[in-house]
Amino acid sequence: MFRLPTRSTMLSWGLAAVLLLLAYIGESALDDYVIRILNMWGIYVILVTSFDLVYGITGQFSLAHAGLAAIGAYTVSLLTLPPDAKLMSFLLQAPHPLISNAQWPLLPALLLGGVLAALVGFMIGAPALRLHGDYLLIVTFGFSEIIRLFLINIPSITNGAMGLKGVPYLSGLRWTVAAVILAVFLTNRLITSSYGRALKCVREDEIAAEAVGVNLYRHKTLAFVFSSFFVGIAGGLFAEILGTVDPNTFRPALTYAVITMAILGGLKSLTGGVIAAGIYTVMSELLRTVEAPRMIFSYNFPGLPGLRQLAFAVMLLVLILFAQRGLMGSNEFSWDWLLSRFKRPGTKKEGGEA
Amino acid sequence: MDFELFMQFLINGIALGSLYALIAIGYTIIYGVVQLINFAHGEFFMVAAFITMWGVFRYQIPWYFSFAIAVVVVVGLGLLVDRGVYRPLREQKTSSFIGAISVSFLLQNLFVVLFTSRAKPFPHPEILDQVLNYGTVALPVVNIFIVAVSIILFTLLFILVLYTDVGRAMRAISKDIEVAQLMGINHNRIIAFAFILSTTFAAVGAFMYCSKFPYVDPFTGVIPGLKAFIGAVMGGIGSIPGAMVGGFILGMGEIMIVAFFPDLTAFRDIIAYIILILFLLFRPGGIFNVRMREEKV
Repeated sequence: MFRLPTRSTMLSWGLAAVLLLLAYIGESALDDYVIRILNMWGIYVILVTSFDLVYGITGQFSLAHAGLAAIGAYTVSLLTLPPDAKLMSFLLQAPHPLISNAQWPLLPALLLGGVLAALVGFMIGAPALRLHGDYLLIVTFGFSEIIRLFLINIPSITNGAMGLKGVPYLSGLRWTVAAVILAVFLTNRLITSSYGRALKCVREDEIAAEAVGVNLYRHKTLAFVFSSFFVGIAGGLFAEILGTVDPNTFRPALTYAVITMAILGGLKSLTGGVIAAGIYTVMSELLRTVEAPRMIFSYNFPGLPGLRQLAFAVMLLVLILFAQRGLMGSNEFSWDWLLSRFKRPGTKKEGGEA
Repeated sequence: MDFELFMQFLINGIALGSLYALIAIGYTIIYGVVQLINFAHGEFFMVAAFITMWGVFRYQIPWYFSFAIAVVVVVGLGLLVDRGVYRPLREQKTSSFIGAISVSFLLQNLFVVLFTSRAKPFPHPEILDQVLNYGTVALPVVNIFIVAVSIILFTLLFILVLYTDVGRAMRAISKDIEVAQLMGINHNRIIAFAFILSTTFAAVGAFMYCSKFPYVDPFTGVIPGLKAFIGAVMGGIGSIPGAMVGGFILGMGEIMIVAFFPDLTAFRDIIAYIILILFLLFRPGGIFNVRMREEKV
């Protein structure tokens, strides 16, 4: 039964191919700084997409993102670090024999990072998703912090608080773009499938969902594990781009950053997440220059460390108080909407409601 | 372990337990009346410590005066946050929690920008540095001070909650906010009063905590805040005796882990989190089995 793909599907595939091609060209054409920013954007897109799935779509507020990303980041770093680099990193305690000689290519390391994060996500979600509201967010927060504290306290595997240095840059823009396409595409498929409708049903009214035969617990866990996998992948790519990982990177502040982006974009909109992640990344870079000390008109301006985080905290507060719908609310980008804009400029009635 | 050493640990445990209990009460009072986990409680604590420190160092005013200013500022801050952030979000549970997160995050980073993240010594009265010796057992004055102040505050709090109109109104609201409103209780005023109480306890707790561990930085409030929160959950969040017992057990437990299982010292924060999770999963009502109003998000 061969069915010709719809116009939208073909356009989506086309866009994906163009993006990959651009990433491939960009890798050699753009300078390192721009590539780094684009990479960060991509990683944030994956993190926000997975947060949107769990909270925006399924309605389960989870604070476990930082911990799950740490799992991915450490897995990828430990598996791709060359053995001699490991010896250089592990000064106080020799690395565990299980990892000291491992040197994997990027793809299996990344996938294992995702799978381990999904596994830990299941271990967190299985008990936590039976809880509601306050309990759920505190339990997920607790688990995330437990992961971080464990990373500090098992130095034979993670090198403790000092972290790992010299993670080789094996990935690149095309890896990030491919991961973003995969994450957004699969999440969108999940959301628009019958599972997705069940997830939205869980968000709107659990009792009604159960009454129409949705297995609450199974659907919540599915969404949570699915998103954990991509958080792990994002964490792995994050480690590649930073070149170093340490437990401090995975403080709750990382989760708050993801929440800020998700709300900025609109919790129910993947499109919004993509836009918001871009805005956040650019803002973050602009504010970084404000934080650094510099000379302005021969006056030594001391720079204001912490200003960046302060700006984002203010942004989160303003968003939650005055603009909870974010940029996109629950609207999604769709090809039909774009094409209709071209055909009849000025008629906006057929907006792409999700 | 010999007797003297054990006594040292015991005294330390009592002091730390009292401190956690004091801070835990701040969480539980708020949760009792608004069902809100005030994630910014640890930051109120930090702000109080910072202002006390700054008054003494920058403006050379005596510590008690500086502390009094700190209490006033923190109470004002608490009221401001309640009015400006929590009240508009009161009907939306998750959003108010995100609001609490952002307030906490904002205060931390505001203080990093204003004072840098370097730790600064906390100016406490010299008398607290002294150590009384009873035979071979040394008794730091700061510990006696902590326990004495805690007992006084707990007593005052009980009198307030049990025998005054405001206390009765607070209990009524925590039982059933709608019926309480029908009985003519202005719930916003009672909630504001709860914030005054909660922030005062945070300020006193901050002064004593920083006298015992005499450094302040913008993240000072995080660890005691979280520990106290775990204590409040252990006791049954929303219950004042629960917070006292839970906080006390957690503080005492922490010191006893250090005393009897020194190998586990590095893991004591993890253990605290595991206790938190186990309680939420298996006995969400805590030791006192407080029934929480389960509301839809």
